[in-house]
Amino acid sequence: MKARVTVMLKEGVLDPQGEAVKHALNSLEYDKVESVRQGKVIEIGLSETSEELATTSIQEMCEKLLANTVIESYEIEII
Amino acid sequence: MRAAVIIFPGSNCDRDMLSALRLAGHETIKIWHKETELPKNIDLIAIPGGFSFGDYLRCGAIAAKSPIFNEVIRHINRGGYALGICNGFQILTEAGILPGILQQNIGTKFISKVLDLRVNNTSSTFTHKYATNRIISIPIAHHEGNYFASKDDLKNLRDKDCIAFEYIDNPNGALDNIAGILSENHRVLGMMPHPERHIENAHGCQDGYPFFEGLLQKA
Repeated sequence: MKARVTVMLKEGVLDPQGEAVKHALNSLEYDKVESVRQGKVIEIGLSETSEELATTSIQEMCEKLLANTVIESYEIEII
Repeated sequence: MRAAVIIFPGSNCDRDMLSALRLAGHETIKIWHKETELPKNIDLIAIPGGFSFGDYLRCGAIAAKSPIFNEVIRHINRGGYALGICNGFQILTEAGILPGILQQNIGTKFISKVLDLRVNNTSSTFTHKYATNRIISIPIAHHEGNYFASKDDLKNLRDKDCIAFEYIDNPNGALDNIAGILSENHRVLGMMPHPERHIENAHGCQDGYPFFEGLLQKA
């Protein structure tokens, strides 16, 4: 089974990289770009057949390592 | 005093840390991150700066889960002393030992320069050799030094006198100019600036020496 974890900065947390990318897009004359937030995508392959167990296990991985929940949120998607 | 310096792949300030501790008269031992036990009668654990595990995932995140860290956490939970400088500070926050997190600098650039810090707490073992509100000159060299903590954590840091050092001119966007913080029991310190780089006469400034000299001495 494969899963995709998306880690993003929580709303309200400043994202200097996203800001820099936004400025670069604006300077390429994409004037309508109002905001950019940059995150991470992590793909995990695992030997688990139950989607439910896989999700629980990945949730634990996110809390322990993959995301720092002080400033980041995560979403898990089985693919 | 006997100090253990923990070394990870990518640590690069371990020798400076060892040298500063020795110059201040302390015994030192080097510990590789794959070790699962600490030698007995270690008084202080020092986590040096660098780029542990290439800063993969988040700075310090992987080092905080390395085998030796179970022992580091046990040492701290027993009331042991610990010190994290730069990447060492990032590792201590990732391990949940110190509150908050170090985010990318607000200007997105790596900053390497000498800065002035205000010594805010002078009762801890790390800072008692300095006079309150003394301004010291200490170098910084980091890309992720922008300290962030929740409102509750920040209030707690203030209430318990846990803010050890503050920047005079905030270089990186750190919340409330925070450069270094203490644990609630004041026995664990994390800081972004490098006191171990201002030790000897040849460094051009020795403002970091009292920091190492005072470790585990009675105030």
